[in-house]
Parts: sequence; C-alpha cells; structure tokens
Amino acid sequence: MELDQKGIAMANLTINGKKIEVDVEPDTPLLWAIRENIGLTGTKYGCGIAQCGACTVHVDGVAMRSCGVLVSEVDGKEITTIEGLAAEGKLHKVQQAWIEHDVPQCGYCQTGMIMAVAALLKDNPKPTDQDIDEAITNICRCGTFAQVREAIHAVANA
Amino acid sequence: MNQHVKLNRRAFVIGTAAAGAGLALGFNLPFGGAVARAADGSPEVNAWVVIRPDDTVVIRIARSEMGQGSLTGLAQLVAEELECDWSKVTTEYPTPGQSAARGRPWGDFSTGGSRGIRGSHEYVRKGGATARLMLIQAAANEWKVPASECSATSSVITHLPTGRTTTYGKVAEAASKLSPPSDVKLKDSKDWKIAGKGLKRLDTADKTTGAMVYGIDFKLPGMLNAAIKDCPVFGGKLKSFDEAKIANMKGVKKVVRVGDSGVAVVADTWWHAKTALDALPIEWDEGPNAKTSSETISKWLAEGLEPSQAAFVGNQNGNATAEIARAAKVVEAVYNYPYQNQATMEPMNATALHTGDKLDVWCGTQNGEAAFATAVQASGLPPEKCDVHKLILGGGFGRRGQSDYVRQAVLIAKEMQGTPIKLLWSREEDMQHGFYHPVTQCRMVGAFDADNNLTALRMRISGQSILARLRPEAMINGMDPATFQGLAPSGEAAIGYSIPNLLIEHSMRNPHVPPGFWRGVNINPNTIYLESFMDELAHAVGQDPLAFRRKLMAGHPKHLAVLNAVAERIGWDKPAPQGVYRGLAQVMGYGSYVAGAAEISVTDGSKIKVHRIVAATDPGYVVNPAQVERQVAGSFVYGLSALFYGGCTVKDGRIEQTNFDTYNSMRISEMPKVETILMPSGGFWGGVGEPTIGVAAPAVLNAYFAATGKRIRSVPLRQQNISFA
Repeated sequence: MELDQKGIAMANLTINGKKIEVDVEPDTPLLWAIRENIGLTGTKYGCGIAQCGACTVHVDGVAMRSCGVLVSEVDGKEITTIEGLAAEGKLHKVQQAWIEHDVPQCGYCQTGMIMAVAALLKDNPKPTDQDIDEAITNICRCGTFAQVREAIHAVANA
Repeated sequence: MNQHVKLNRRAFVIGTAAAGAGLALGFNLPFGGAVARAADGSPEVNAWVVIRPDDTVVIRIARSEMGQGSLTGLAQLVAEELECDWSKVTTEYPTPGQSAARGRPWGDFSTGGSRGIRGSHEYVRKGGATARLMLIQAAANEWKVPASECSATSSVITHLPTGRTTTYGKVAEAASKLSPPSDVKLKDSKDWKIAGKGLKRLDTADKTTGAMVYGIDFKLPGMLNAAIKDCPVFGGKLKSFDEAKIANMKGVKKVVRVGDSGVAVVADTWWHAKTALDALPIEWDEGPNAKTSSETISKWLAEGLEPSQAAFVGNQNGNATAEIARAAKVVEAVYNYPYQNQATMEPMNATALHTGDKLDVWCGTQNGEAAFATAVQASGLPPEKCDVHKLILGGGFGRRGQSDYVRQAVLIAKEMQGTPIKLLWSREEDMQHGFYHPVTQCRMVGAFDADNNLTALRMRISGQSILARLRPEAMINGMDPATFQGLAPSGEAAIGYSIPNLLIEHSMRNPHVPPGFWRGVNINPNTIYLESFMDELAHAVGQDPLAFRRKLMAGHPKHLAVLNAVAERIGWDKPAPQGVYRGLAQVMGYGSYVAGAAEISVTDGSKIKVHRIVAATDPGYVVNPAQVERQVAGSFVYGLSALFYGGCTVKDGRIEQTNFDTYNSMRISEMPKVETILMPSGGFWGGVGEPTIGVAAPAVLNAYFAATGKRIRSVPLRQQNISFA
C-alpha cells in the first residue's frame, strides 16, 4: 500500500494475472475493490460477514471470502476471481462440469461455489463426500447441493 | 398498541387500464399492417416469436427467471408448437412498458404462486403454433402451393409433394406480414418432442463464468451508488439526520430523504455510500409499534385460538363442535409457526435513471407490471415515459413480488435527475425490511367414537393474513382465502381427507410486521399443523399413521396416489434400517398433489440427521422433468432450512435477525438424499416450485416423533436446541 502525490491510497493488486493499481482505501473489503474499483462483478455480495461464500475468490490459490479480507491484506498476492478461472479461453473443468450437470438455479451463489470447489479439487483431486461436506460451506438458497456434489464427483472421476 | 396495519394499496394505474384493453396475448400485432420488429430489426412473427435471418429463434418470455427454470420450460412449450430447431433458441424479456403500450400482448408478467408454467402454458403454446402456421403459409405463398401440402420440423419447411425446402429465417419477414390464423390446434402432450423432456437450462453458461448480469451487477456510465436505511421499526418514520457529519467522507455525493421513513446516501461507490450511511446520525420516530415483541404478538394470537373469538370459516361440514362435545375420546394440541425471511442470495436492488421527462429502471422483479406501476407512480411521469427492464433474479421466493425497492430507487433518482442511481440494500437492511412469512398459531382438536373412528376435526388458525395487507382486493367478505391453503373444500389447494364433521377457521390478527409470500406460503404452517396432528391422532388410537390416513383419503384418489407412492418407495411396510425412523406427510397446493417421506436418525434427542427424503408430485403435466426434480430437491433445502434454522423474532418493534449468522441456511453437509417421483396424471396443470415444500417439515417432524416419542409443535427447532447432526 502506498500513497500517491495527493495522499490518496493506491493499492497494487494482482488480479487474474494482471497487476492493477487501484485508488482505494486500504481498509476496503477486497470484495468491493473487485466489484467496484476493478469492475469484475462475477464475485457476488451475499452477506458481508464471511458467512455465505458468494464472494469466494482465490488468494495465492487458497479459497477466501473476499468480503472479509481487506485490500491491505492482499497487497502483492495473486488474486483469482471467477473471471480468471478459465485459462486460455477454455473453461475450467469445474465450470464445464457445472454446465454438464446443469447445476445453477438462480446462479447467484454459483460463482463463489465454483471458486470454492476449484480450490478444493486443487488440494484434493478425489474428495470423499465427507471431504466435500467439510470444505464446501457456501449457502445456496435454491438448494442445488445434490447437483453440486454430483458435479464435484464427476470432475474427480473424469 | 396499534396492531392493525394501515392498508397500503398501490394504484395499479397500468395494470387496470391494460387489463381493460383485453388480452390479445400476442396473436395479433397491434400496428395494423406494419411489421413489428425486435431491436436488431428482425421481424416478429408474433409477440412471442422473433426469427432472425440466420434462423435464430428468439422466444419472448414474460415471466421472470429466478432459478426455478420456467424461462427454459416456457421456451420449450413455444418451441414445441413452433417446430423449431431447439439448438437455435434464445430468449428475451419484453418490458412491461412495451406490453402496456401494445395492449398487453404478453399477458401477466407476475411470477409467483408456482404459476410460471401453469398460468401461461396455453397461450404461449398458441403463440408458437400460430407462428408455425404463419411461417408455413409464407413458404406456401412463395412456392404458390397450398399450405396443407407443407409441413415444418426443426425450423425447416418442406413442400411434401416436391421435397422442396426452406427455413424459418428465410420466410420470417413474409410471415410477419400475414394475418394470424384464428384457430390453432395444440399438440397432445404424448406427441411432445421438446416439451416434456429434461433439456438443459438455457441460462447456465453465463452463471458459471460471472458474465450473468443480475440487478446488483448492472452498470451505466456515470452511475452513482446508493445505500439506504429505512426505519427499523415497521410503520415508523424518519425524524432527522445530520448530513454535515458525513459530508466530507470519501465519495459522498448526496444524502436523500426517501419517502417518510428512509434515508439514503449516494456516493461514487456503494462501499463508500454504505460506510457513510453507517456513520450518519439518524433519529427515528419509531411510532406506535416500538414496544411490540414476539411475546406480545404470541399472546395476542393465542387469544384468537379461543372458540369464543370471531373467526372466518374456510371449510366446514357436519357439526364438529357438537361431535367433539359428545366424543368418546378427544385429542387436542396447539402449534405455531414463526415469521420467515425469504433471504434471497442477492439482496434487494434496483437501478433507476430519471432524466426529468423519462424514467428507466433495471432490476430483478417477480412482478414486472407491478414494478412498472410502482415506478410510474414514484416518478411523477406518465406511463408512456417510463419503463422497467427486467434482469435475472438472484433468488425470489416471493420477496421480489413486492416493489418497495423499486420505489426507493426511483425516489432517489428523481432527486438526482440525469444521474443513474443504483440502490443496493445491505444484507442487514434486507433481513430487517422484508415481507415475512406470516406468523400463525393453530389449535387442533380431534374426536373419536368408542370404536376409535375419527368423527370430528376442528382446526382454529389464529394469526396474520397476507392478502389483507398486500392484496385486499382478493379478500372475500373480509376473509383471506389463502389462509386455508391445503385445507380448502375444493380447488387448487384442497384438503385430502374426508372427515364427517369438520370445522376449519381463521381468527385474523394482523401484527405490524409486513407479511408476504414466502415459497409455499401458507402450506408451510398448514401442512405442519394438519399432517403432524394426523400423526398425533393415529398414535392416539394406536394406529399406523399411513393406514390411519388411508381410511380418510378414499374419496381423494390423487392425494392418496402420491402418498402411496412415497410410502412404497421408502419401504413403509418394511422395517427401517437400525436407528432410522420414518415420517410421512401429504398436501395439495398450487394445483399439484404432493407427498413426502423422511428417514432420519436422532442422537441425544437433539441432533437430527436427515438421511433420505422421498417426494412424489403429480402436477398434471411435466414440461421439464430435470428442472422439476431440481425444484423438488430445492424445496426441501428451503423448507428444512426454515424448520431448523429459520424463524424471525420481533423485539422493540423490529426484526432481531440481521444476517446469515442469526438466520442460517442449510449447507451441503446437511442435505439429505432426495428421491423424486414424478407422476403426472394429465388433465390439469399444477405448479412445481412450491408444493413439495409443504411436506418437508412435517415429514421430518413425524419421523422425529417416531424416533423420540416427542412431538414438536413449534418452529424453528433451533429455539428448542435441536439441530442438524
């Protein structure tokens, strides 16, 4: 975090592989910096208190609820949002499975869900049901859990 | 204490006028001989169908998509009759303003009451069939052959005698100039090729990449963001605020009084607006409800359970009161159901641009025409200068049928003319300013003769009416018929039991907390009351709960069929696995017959593991079985979340729960296996988004009794220290 000539805080964020200098106060939640200052709206606001997981992003490869992380805490770290999950124009295998298994209903929580699942599968490519229960704690009010579980296993067994 | 809410009737300026114009429903274009065109210049064959030269079929969808899948289902119905290539189908929403201007060709936009498909299947299919006939006629005209010699399949028209072909895209322009046929015959459902199939949803891809634009994501150049606080006590007013205290905070542009009860901060970003709003000193006039609590409401409702209190009669036969008085055995129990918040994942929001002589609103809404009427009224502009552009909803569940947030956004934008304003509620604002599942209590009394035959049932509901507040025009002589959902003598929410002496009544008591439609609405409490008590009655006379019900259901074969189906699938006549206990429930709602069976285990009397749910539904017809299965499974997540974690409590006139930490929701670890049995029997069209939620809680509660011998008569379970295992 540094100050420019006018004393305005500038954060240096690395989002989806791009270094971006953002005019934002250091105590701004990462969620709002991503949505409003950077303009990537796939990361959703659901609760603001790290309960629901709709705002899940990866910080240095770890799934984090971005509403509960301050911009000052991620200076210099690699942040990946849902928009950066696809690589070289190809959807991530979790996104592909989500389409294949028709997982989303309203879809609002699903970008966060996908980010949480992608992080789980990176660490644990063949999760058991219990692993899934412990790792995936995102809220989905539509109730897509059966399809979420099915799609995770499909990716793991592909 | 003023417990009677002042009725806040909205002037449905548009709805009324447009309804009077008649329902053309998209078969006749309103512009004389001229061709109506989509924004890209492609011709409308009719209001439902636009075909582009490249053969892309744009199907117009008037109902809102909020996850329930009816956008895809309605497109399937149109495409089925249109005989188009499904892989070339895309959809778009017409706007309520366009609909009003054109004499309402798309009919009703409202999306609630599980009506998305069942309320519009006939006219959307006719829209597709009419367009098909016009496209065929256009090809026949070009070939100078009788249309009867041509047929269409998968967007290709063939002249059968010669084998000559053309495509919809090539003849759409000519078709759009033809007069529509007056009479079209719809296909028999047994001939469906696109409808009735579990096709993938049309709206999935963007929901996996972050590209889907929900209301919260909508942006316009120069747009500012607003955060709002409305008086935390319902019915209270805004007294004053000290704007100077936040004037220098970063990004703040303006502080706006919103109506007589709210204040909004407008800033460059929403985070700045919210931060400043939290710092803004506000004084409220909390009004007459500031002392109301769950306890005072509960006490007031309990009075209504007394037979001496006046009540509306919703279902009656024989003389239950006399029969109970002379019964050999009487069983009695009192139940209650709390307030619930829909808690859509996307908090309420709307973007409005008021230019002084024109208003546009972009938002998710379950009721486009009501949002439009509200926007018109708040804008001070004539309807033809306003429009509402619907976006995909991040959940609805009944909440977005109300347009309060639209009104607020328009009022703020009206104060900042020329600047687009996006209003977003914080989760806390959303939790505390809902239209809540209404609160009721219920006294159940059953009577048996000396041979243990059920001779009478009396059911006295006391509590809040939704329609009294939100749709007073739908009341019948002061009675709210929706209170008797699942209990009515006949119709789309009829009781499934024949009881010789029956009396079901409602003593209406309307606390100040705004009631609203919450997925399933009154079948949630009513099915808990009736189906838990049926279990109580069965056990009171030592009978099997299934056998006991069956005796009373002989005259209700469709109710009985779904109950039998779940009993058979769960293996009711065989022992459950060690430590596993079962419960049953059934109800009719939204025109569909549903039943559920639960298998649970209980640890230490207080930790419930729901292993398995079997749910059967007979909605008459199934347009997309894959989506119906998802709706059924989802209804159990919603219903069991409410049973275990829900319940909004009132203290000092306001709702105590403010976020998901105090109003929790089920996680994947708590999700049971849900097996869905679809058994459409045809001949009627029922809904699927809501009905099965009714059986979720009572099936589990009856299983809990089987496991523990303890009858739970109060929701939520968290208040009784019972949780998911």
